[in-house]
Parts: sequence; C-alpha cells; structure tokens
Amino acid sequence: MSTALLEHRDDAGAKIGMWLFLLTELLLFGGLFVLYSVYRFRHPGEFHDGAMELNLILGSVNTLILLTSSFTMVLSIAFLRLVKRGASLLALAMTILLGLLFLVNKYFEWSAKINHGIFPNSPELLARSHGEILFFGLYYVMTGLHGLHVVIGVLLLSIVMVWMVRGKITPDRDIFLENAGLYWHLIDLIWIYLFPLFYLIT
Amino acid sequence: MSPMQNSYLTQSGTRRGLLAWVLSTDHKRIGLLYLVSVLSFYTVGVLLGLLMRLELLTPGKTIVQASTYNAFFTLHGVIMIFLFVIPAIPAIFGNFFLPILIGAKDVAFPRLNLLSWYFYIGGAILVVTALFAGGGPPDTGWTFYVPYSLRSGTNVSLAVFAAFILGFSSILTGLNFVTTIHRMRAPGMRWMKMPLFVWSLYATAWVQILATPIVGITLLLVILERLFGVGLFDPAKGGDPILFEHLFWIYSHPAVYIMILPAMGIITEIIPVFARRTIFGYKAIAYSSIAIAALGSLVWGHHMFVSGQSYTANVIFSLLTFLVAIPSAIKVFNWVATLYKGAIDTAPPFLFALAFIFLFSIGGLTGLIQGALSVNVYVHDTYFVVGHFHYVMFGGTGFAFFGGLHYWFPKMFGRMYSKGRATVALLILFVGFNMLYFSMFLLGLQGMPRRYYDYLPEFHTGHVVATVGSWVLVAGLILMFANLLHALRKGEKAEDNPWGGKTLEWRIASPPPPENFEEVPVITSGAYDYGAR
Ligand SMILES: [Cu+2]
Repeated sequence: MSTALLEHRDDAGAKIGMWLFLLTELLLFGGLFVLYSVYRFRHPGEFHDGAMELNLILGSVNTLILLTSSFTMVLSIAFLRLVKRGASLLALAMTILLGLLFLVNKYFEWSAKINHGIFPNSPELLARSHGEILFFGLYYVMTGLHGLHVVIGVLLLSIVMVWMVRGKITPDRDIFLENAGLYWHLIDLIWIYLFPLFYLIT
Repeated sequence: MSPMQNSYLTQSGTRRGLLAWVLSTDHKRIGLLYLVSVLSFYTVGVLLGLLMRLELLTPGKTIVQASTYNAFFTLHGVIMIFLFVIPAIPAIFGNFFLPILIGAKDVAFPRLNLLSWYFYIGGAILVVTALFAGGGPPDTGWTFYVPYSLRSGTNVSLAVFAAFILGFSSILTGLNFVTTIHRMRAPGMRWMKMPLFVWSLYATAWVQILATPIVGITLLLVILERLFGVGLFDPAKGGDPILFEHLFWIYSHPAVYIMILPAMGIITEIIPVFARRTIFGYKAIAYSSIAIAALGSLVWGHHMFVSGQSYTANVIFSLLTFLVAIPSAIKVFNWVATLYKGAIDTAPPFLFALAFIFLFSIGGLTGLIQGALSVNVYVHDTYFVVGHFHYVMFGGTGFAFFGGLHYWFPKMFGRMYSKGRATVALLILFVGFNMLYFSMFLLGLQGMPRRYYDYLPEFHTGHVVATVGSWVLVAGLILMFANLLHALRKGEKAEDNPWGGKTLEWRIASPPPPENFEEVPVITSGAYDYGAR
C-alpha cells in the first residue's frame, strides 16, 4: 500500500458516513417507537397507569444528566478548536463521568422495579392486564437498548480520550472527536423522546 | 518492474500468503474474499435445495424425515437470501468495480469495508453453528414468523442473531458506497455521466441503510422474546404477531430490491457493450432505480393480504404494488430498445443478459398476478409464489450475477474462459431452470401448498418434472463453474478490453494494478459513447 493511500483523508466524507450511521440508529429505535404507538393506541388507560408507577424524579435527574453531558461534549470540541487541550480533555472526562452516572441511576431505577417483582415474564407482571405487560415490556426493551447505547458511547468516548492523550486527535484533526460527539448527541436525543413517552405522558 | 506487470493479485506487501488477503483493505482483494466466501455458501444452499427436490420426488418419505425437511427449507432460505443473493452483487462486483467505475483508488472507508467482510464471515459461521449445535437446525422458514419462532425448540435464536450480524455487514457496505459515490468521483464524473451500474448500487445502498435497521430491531426482539418472554409479539401477553409481520416485511420487501437493483445494473452495463450502441434512455434508467427504491419501500403489505390486516390496507398495498412494476418495466423497455438496430455480439455475458430479461419478465409479471387481491387469496402460500420468487431471485439476480461473472472475469483475473463451453452451460442452465420453476407455477395453480413435506398423488407429475429439472440445472452450474475454474489456471491471457467496453475498468490493465489508475482519470465523455446508429 502506498503512502498516498494511507494519507488519504476526507473529513467531510467521514462526517457523511457518521450521519448515515446515525440514521440507521434512528431507524433501529424507530421500529420500537412504532410498537409503542400501536400498543399505546390500543391500551391508553393501562399505559397511563404504567407511567404513574415509574419514578419521575429518577427519570428527571437522568434527563438532566444527559443534557448536561451533551453540553460538556460540545465544550470539549470547542476547547480543542481553541487549542486548549487540557480543558478539552477535562470536558470530555466530565462527559464520560456523566454517562456513567446515568448508568448508575438507571441501575437503581431498574433494581427497584425488579425488587417489586416487575420485570418481563414475572408472575407479578403476568397477573396484570395486557396493556401493562406491554407497557413494562416496552419500558425494559427501549430503555435497555438505550442504556446499551450509553455503554457503547462511554466506551467510544474513552477510546477517543486515549487517542487525544496520545496526540492522535489534534485541533486540525478533530474528526474522531466530532463524530464521537455526534454519536453522544444522538443518545441524548433518543432519551429526550423516551423520557416523556414513559414518564411524563400519564 | 513496469506497473503493467504488477497487479492486485500479485502485489507484494508487508504480509505474505493468506494474511495478505484477509488483512487487505484493497477493495479488489476484499471483492475476491467475498467472491470465494459467497460462492462457498451458495454451494451449500444449492445442495440443500437439491436435497429438498430429491425428497419431493415421491409422495411421503423419500430420503429424510419431515422435521429434517423443515430444517432444509429454512436453511436453504436463510443461506440463499442472507449469504448469497443480498451480498452477491454489491459485495463482490460492487466492491471490485465501484471505485474503478468512478475513477477512484478505493472506497471511502477501506478498513470499514474489511470489517464488513468479517461481519459477513461471523454471521455465516453462526448460521453453520445453528446447523449443528444443541437444539438442532431451525425449522421456522427464513421468515421466522412468530409465534412459532418463539416456541420452536430449535436453534432459532442463533440463526436470528446470524441474520442480525449479516444485516450489520450489509448496512456498513451501503454506508460505505453512498459516501464513496458522493465523495470519490474522478474529475468530470458528473452524476449523469456515471455508469448505470453505479446508479443502481447507489439506490441499493440507500435501501440497505434505510430498511436493514428495521429488520435488525425485529430480529433482536425475537431473541429477547425467546430469552426473557417480554410479550411484545406474544398474543397470550397482549402482543400482536401481525406487527411482527409488518416490521419484518418493511425490511424484507425492500430487501428484494437490494437483491434485484444491482442485478439490473449489471444488465445495463452488458447490453450496450454487446449491442455496440449507446444505452437507450440513460436518465430513465437512472431515475427508475431511485423510483424502485422509493416505491418499493411502500408495498410490504402485499405479503400480508390474508393475514387479517384491514381491507383498506390491502387495497392500498395492492395499488402500490402495481405502481412499482412501472419503473421495472421502464428498464426492460430501455434494454430492448437499446438492442434495436444494434450490431449484436452473442458472447456469453450477452446471452446471460438475454436470459435475465426473459426470466425476470416472467418473474415480474407473475408478481403482478399475486398483487391482485382476489387472485392472491387463491395462490397465497402455494408453489406459485415459490416459482415467482425463484424466477426473480435466481432467474433475475442469479443469472445477472453469472452474467457479471462472465463479463468481468477477464478483467478480474486476466484470463479468458472458453466461450463455447460457457454458452453450452448457459443453455443447460436455462432448460433446467425452466423445468424446475415453471412446473412450480402449474403446481401452485393446481393448489400445491409451499413448505409441505408430503403431497397428493395429482401433484406427482409436476414434482417429478421439477426434480429432474433441478438435476439439469445443477449439471449446468457444474459445467459453468468448471469452465471458469479451468480458465483461472489454463485460460488464455485476456486483453485489457476484450469486449470493447467504454467504461473506465476497460481502460486499465487486466488484472488491474493495485492502485487502479496510474494517474487520476479525467472524464470527458459518457459511459456508453458508441455513437448514434
Ligand atoms: Cu414483496
């Protein structure tokens, strides 16, 4: 392989690729949103009852955490452009920490529900109406898949951070950081829809 | 050493032997990796099909138990669809020729491209594991319909996960191609100057990106249902199996266009070269690819006419199904119009293209028959459907794939095969194909249901003809591949442009040099400039 090929670099292309990937992520969740709409339409009352049982405070705190993490993500990119590497790294570390905090919070929320006997296929849940089984089924699947994305996002940001420390990401070569940021914002965006659908619309 | 003698096949890098292939990010080498792996699984799929036909030679048990037969048709479907028809043309010829056709050195993301191949191999290994592991091979059919797929004790989860991984591979290839076409075209390669194979790959790539995630989440849900019993598709818990069918076909109908659009692209490359004539209706063909991709995503409900979905939905889906036939018909019209007054060279690639037009037209028109609501009720889930999609998928995509193989073989390997033997092989294939699948139309109209292990005596004649046809078909396949394999070692050296093509791949050496072009080509003329006749 020639050096010319190794040095081939197209930031705009890399960004197009990332946006296309985000589109596939949206569609992946799209399938679940379709299921949610249909089942909600069929069981409005039970979905209302289900939402009343979720912990609004934990949900709101997690929303706040993710929104703040999106802000620190933007800060990280902005600082890098201003050639303030230390500040950029700090903001990135904050983002990762907030992501972890979100997961911890989610862990407590889920375990509380599981301790109450509410989880897929549990006798407690199966004794309830179809609408509530579906509501909690969707709750676990959708927030679970979202949580998995947060885990992947945290890993991705950690890799980016290592690259930044090693000097692989620099102010004029920031496409990795930018693309990782786009992915993080998507995770945030999906939560922005999940939060009202499960916690607020009661 | 002059660059003419240095080809991508012999290039010396830092790695040697097999590693120089499985770690290569060169799009041409990745194309060959796909060629070898896709054809290996194609062989397995053909063998399974052959065994199914053998079983159906007589009513009752011929060679295997009913449960084994169920595993046969499931794996035949999964392997043929996910491991052969979907990746065949984009992953093999798309990888190999897309960059060359637009005058680029490689695809936009070469390493991602290699990763896609590893996903493909990973998925394929899972499929093979599903064959032999604990619960036994899956028996649900390739559609994995709930609720049976939730209850079956066989390795459904493994097979479904394999399909999920293969979907990932397909998405990444699509994403790579869209970016490549937007960013890597050589100077002067404007959109309306691109070879039409590139247009068809572009439309295909969009379908891969937009439709595949839907089946991804659907398959994931099947796995979650089997593991945790969530209940989203389980009627006992309030779930609706019809929603599974919707989500499944939202992908799986557009997937049909992932399979057929690149095939149409190959035919569009072959026809003008062997008719020595400018393609008729360039823009119509280019836009019809996009139209097929767009309209094709709105017709999935025609698989569900008897599922109990609303009558209004049935009428709308039926109407849209009729509409989607129009852009396909535009292409057929343009191919035939290109032939008119052409100076035709009846070389094997051209004969394959003709066979494609004939078989695909039958497949397409029988599709319309099923798109009509009342007729659909009659032929639904019969051999008529099986005949229809084999005419489209095998007679269409399969024959176009073979045509592409014969068209580009001299370019890819720098050797020419025996044209006489290739023509004989095509004739045998064509006869066997029609014996095998046309009898299915008749069997279907007689009322033979698909996926049945046993049948009534009145269907016997049809089944015998089909089974004998399958032997003829396989004889043709063996002759065709033997001819190509022989040429690989002993074939005459091919010229750089044996067919007189005008697209960029014919301007470089056979086989192509590692970097494709010595200098960046500047495009000044169209892809099919044979002059008016
Ligand atoms: Cu369809």
